[in-house]
Amino acid sequence: MKVTLRVWRQENETAQGRFEEYEADNLNPNMSFLEMLDVVNEKLTGDGKDPIAVAHDCREGICGTCSSMINGEPHGPENGVTTCQTYMRSFNDGDVITVEPFRAEAFPVLKDLITDRKAFDKIMQAGGFITARTGSCQDANALPIGKEVADLAMDAAACVGCGACVAACKNSSAMLFVSAKAGQLNLLPQGQPEKDTRVLNMVAAMDEAGFGNCTNQYECSAACPKEISEEFISKLNRDYLIASVRSSVKAKPTTMK
Amino acid sequence: MILDSKIPSGPLEKKWEKHIMDGKLVNPANKRKYDVIIVGSGLAGASAAATLGELGYNVKCFTFHDSPRRAHSIAAQGGINAAKNYQNDGDSVYRLFYDTIKGGDFRSREANVYRLAQVSANIIDQCVAQGVPFAREYGGLLSNRSFGGAQVSRTFYARGQTGQQLLLGAYSALSRQIGLGNVTMYNNSEMLEVVTIDGHARGIITRNVNTGKIERHSAHTVVLGTGGYGNVFYLSTNALNSNVTAAWRAHRKGAAFANPCYTQIHPTCIPVSGDYQSKLTLMSESLRNDGRIWAPKKKGDKRPAHEIPEDERDYYLERKYPSFGNLAPRDISSRAAKEACDDGRGVGDTGLGVYLDFRDAIQRLGESAIRERYGNLFDIYHEITNESAYKQPMRIYPAVHYTMGGLWVDYNLMSSIPGMFVMGEANFSDHGANRLGASALMQGLADGYYVLPYTLPHYLANVPREAAPSTDHPEFVKAEEEVNARTKKLIDNNGKQTVRSFHKRLGKIMWDKCGMARNKSGLQEAITEIQGLKEEYWQDVRVPGTAASLNQSLEIAGRVGDFIELGETMCRDALSREESCGGHFREEHQTDDGEALRDDEKFHHVAAWEYKGENEAPERHVEPLIYESVKLATRSYK
Ligand SMILES: Cc1cc2nc3c(=O)[nH]c(=O)nc-3n(C[C@H](O)[C@H](O)[C@H](O)COP(=O)(O)OP(=O)(O)OC[C@H]3O[C@@H](n4cnc5c(N)ncnc54)[C@H](O)[C@@H]3O)c2cc1C
Ligand code: FES
Repeated sequence: MKVTLRVWRQENETAQGRFEEYEADNLNPNMSFLEMLDVVNEKLTGDGKDPIAVAHDCREGICGTCSSMINGEPHGPENGVTTCQTYMRSFNDGDVITVEPFRAEAFPVLKDLITDRKAFDKIMQAGGFITARTGSCQDANALPIGKEVADLAMDAAACVGCGACVAACKNSSAMLFVSAKAGQLNLLPQGQPEKDTRVLNMVAAMDEAGFGNCTNQYECSAACPKEISEEFISKLNRDYLIASVRSSVKAKPTTMK
Repeated sequence: MILDSKIPSGPLEKKWEKHIMDGKLVNPANKRKYDVIIVGSGLAGASAAATLGELGYNVKCFTFHDSPRRAHSIAAQGGINAAKNYQNDGDSVYRLFYDTIKGGDFRSREANVYRLAQVSANIIDQCVAQGVPFAREYGGLLSNRSFGGAQVSRTFYARGQTGQQLLLGAYSALSRQIGLGNVTMYNNSEMLEVVTIDGHARGIITRNVNTGKIERHSAHTVVLGTGGYGNVFYLSTNALNSNVTAAWRAHRKGAAFANPCYTQIHPTCIPVSGDYQSKLTLMSESLRNDGRIWAPKKKGDKRPAHEIPEDERDYYLERKYPSFGNLAPRDISSRAAKEACDDGRGVGDTGLGVYLDFRDAIQRLGESAIRERYGNLFDIYHEITNESAYKQPMRIYPAVHYTMGGLWVDYNLMSSIPGMFVMGEANFSDHGANRLGASALMQGLADGYYVLPYTLPHYLANVPREAAPSTDHPEFVKAEEEVNARTKKLIDNNGKQTVRSFHKRLGKIMWDKCGMARNKSGLQEAITEIQGLKEEYWQDVRVPGTAASLNQSLEIAGRVGDFIELGETMCRDALSREESCGGHFREEHQTDDGEALRDDEKFHHVAAWEYKGENEAPERHVEPLIYESVKLATRSYK
C-alpha cells in the first residue's frame, strides 16, 4: 500500500514549524505506524535529508513515549492504543495522513514530533507518591485490600503518562492524568494519611505548569490509550473539595523543647 | 586483573548479615558530603536513587529518557518472585535460592543468589507500602502465580503490567526525593564516558540529547543501572533505545565484562512477520500457567490448528519434561521450539512458530477467567497479529529477551573499577547461564533498595570527605575530548549506509551464529565478519544532522558502534566456553537426547574479559565458582 504523509517539521523549540509532504510506498498493512516512519526515515537519510524526529521506545504501548497526533487524533484512529500500537491496516491505500506532535502550552515542541512533557514529572514530585521509607514496612499481607478496590486502583494505575489526555482537551487540561495517579493512591488504605496534601499539591502543581481547566467534556478519556475512566476526575474533584475544607482546620505546630 | 569476589566467610545463611555488621557506616551528618552519581532510572537505578537520597546522600540521577518513568523496566509483564510462602506450598528462602541457582545451570555465585532470595520478601512489603496494586484474591490477600523453573507459586503480579507498576512505585519514591531536593534528576542525559581519577570512578561525561550539550559531572562514586544489551541482536523484546553504551564505555576504561555470551532467548514471543520489523513482542511466561505448547506431529502440516486432531499434536514440553511440563525453564523451552521448527513442524507462513493454546483452559475455566488473567496480553497479540487467541492458539517463537552477562561485580556490586558499582541487568551477578522468569525485577529492586544502600557506605567510608573532584581536572578534559572526537567522526563521516542497516547486519550475524545454538566454526566466522563490519562502519556510516542539536541518528550511531565491539567479545566468550550451559548451547556439547552438556571440571567459573585496546583481542580472566552448600548436579526438569 501507499500513503502520503503531511508531517510537522520544526527544527527546534523556537523555530517556526511547517508541514512537509512525503510519499511512503510499498507498505505492508501489518507494519506499525512507527515502522512505516522508519521506512520513510531510512529513505530520507539515504537521500541526505534530515529524518523526522519522533518519540518512541518500547513500541508495545507501555512506556508512554510515543505521542503523535494522527489525523487530528492523539495516537490515531483506533481506540485504546498508543501510536506505536497503530498499524497501517487502520488506513486505506492512497490516504493522506497528517502527523503532528501533541500540542499544549505545557508541552513545548522540541523538534518535529517530539514534545517536552516534564510538566508531568513536576506534578508527580509534588504529591504523586506514598511516603514509605525503604525497609520500614510491615508484612505485605498484614494489610488485606479487597479485590474490587485493588482492581479499581489498578485501572487508574494503568496510565502510561503519554499526555494524550492533554492533547485531546481543548483546554489542555491534565485532569485525567492527575486524577488517575491521585485516584490510585487515594483508593488504597496505604494512601490515606497523605490523601489531602496529595490532592492539593498535585492540583497546585498542575495549575502552575500551565495546564488548562477541566470543563467536563471528557475528550481525554476517549483519547486515552489505556481507556482511563473520567470517573476518576469526578473522584478527584470530590477529594479536592474535602481536602480544601479539611485543610482549613489544622493541628497546632509542635515545638521541640 | 584480579577478580576478588569478596564473598564473606561463614555459613551461607549468615553471610549477608555478617557482612552488614562487618562493614563501615557513614554517619548521618557526613552522608550529605558524598555525591553519588547514579546512571539509570529503571528498577535498579530508581530504587537506589530514592533510597540513597532518603538516607541523606547527595544523589544525582541520570537517564537518557525524557522521564525516569520511561525506563525499559516499565515493559516487564509477568511478575516478580519472592520467597513469601503465602500459598503455603512449601516455599522458603532456600528453595528460591536453589531454584534460581539450578535455573542458572550452576553458573552463578551461591552467596549472591542466597542474598537475593533473602531480601526478596522485603521487596514485596516495600512495594505494597508504596501503593503498588498487586493482584489480590477476594479475601484481600495477595495473589500468586507460577513461573518457569519452579514448582511453587511465588510470583507476585499486577495484571500483565508488573514492571510498569513496580517502576512507577520506585519512580514515585524517586519523585518524592527529587521534590525534597535530595536527588537531582538529569533527564535526557546520555552518559557517554566514565571519568576515572587515580584509578577510581569519579565522574561521567553526558550529552543532553535535546540540545547536544556535553556536560561533565563529578562525584565520589558512580553507579550504573543501565540495563541489558539484548539489542545487540537488533531484534529483541527490549525497548528500542536500550543499549550497552554506558557499560561498554566503562568496560573500555577498565571494568571487566563477565559472561557476555550468556543471553536469554525467551520461548514465547510473537514471531517475526517481515523485514520491516523493528522489535519483537513478548507474550509473558505467565501464559504458560494456562496455555499448552504444541506443534503438529506431522512435518509440513499446513492445516489450521483446529483441524489438527488431538492425537496429531505434539505437546512436546509435556512429553519431554513431564514434571515441569509447560513450565520448563526458558532456555530449555526455546531450544525445544527451535528443534520442532528445524524438524519441519513449525507453523505459520514462515514455519518459524509453534502454538500456545488456551483451548483447554478456556473450556475448564471459561473465557472470562482467562480474560481476567491475561486480557491485556491477548489484546496486544490481537493488535499485532489481528488474530484472537480466544478463538485460535497463539503462534509463538523464541526471541532475544535478556542478558545474564554484564559488567563483573564483587559481592558489594563494585566493578573492577574501584568506586564504580553496577546494578540490575547491567551486572552479571545472579542469574548464571539462564535467568528464571520473574527474577530480573526481583534482582533490580534487591540491588537498588536493599544491597547497594548497605554496601556503598563500606566504600565511601574510606573516601576522604572533601569535595568531589573539580570537573576541570585533566581526566575530565580528556574524557570530554574522547566524546567529542567520536561524535565528530560520526557526523563528518559522510558515508553512504545508514546506521540502521549496520545494526541489522550485526543482528543477523549474532542471531545466526551466536544465538540459540552456537558452534566453533560459526563463532570464528562471526568474529571475522564483525571485525569487517566494524571497519566498514567507521568508513561508511552516514549520520545526518549536527552534533549540537536533537539528533536521533547520532544517538543510535554511538550505540551501534559499541554494539559492534560488544558483539565480537560475545562471540569470543561463546567460543572459549567449550561446554553448553543454560542459554549458551554449543552444538558440540550435548547429551544424546539434545540437552545441554556442562563441563564442570573445566568451566565452573565466571569468565570476565578485560579490554586491551582498539583492535586488540581482549583478555579472558577467570573467577572460579566455589560452592560451599549446593552440590553440582545435572539439571533435570523431567
Ligand atoms: C518485554 C519484557 C518483559 C519482561 N518481563 C519480566 C518479568 O515479568 N519479570 C522479570 O523479573 N523480568 C522481566 N523482564 C526483564 C526486566 O524487565 C529487566 O531485566 C529489568 O527491568 C531491567 O531493569 P534495570 O533497572 O536493570 O534496567 P532498565 O529498566 O533497562 O533501565 C535502564 C536505565 O538506564 C538508563 N540508561 C541506559 N544507558 C544510559 C546511558 N548511557 N546514559 C544515561 N542513562 C542510561 C535508561 O535511560 C534507563 O533509565 C522483562 C523484560 C522485557 C524486555
Ligand atoms: S513507544 Fe512505548 S508506548 Fe509507544
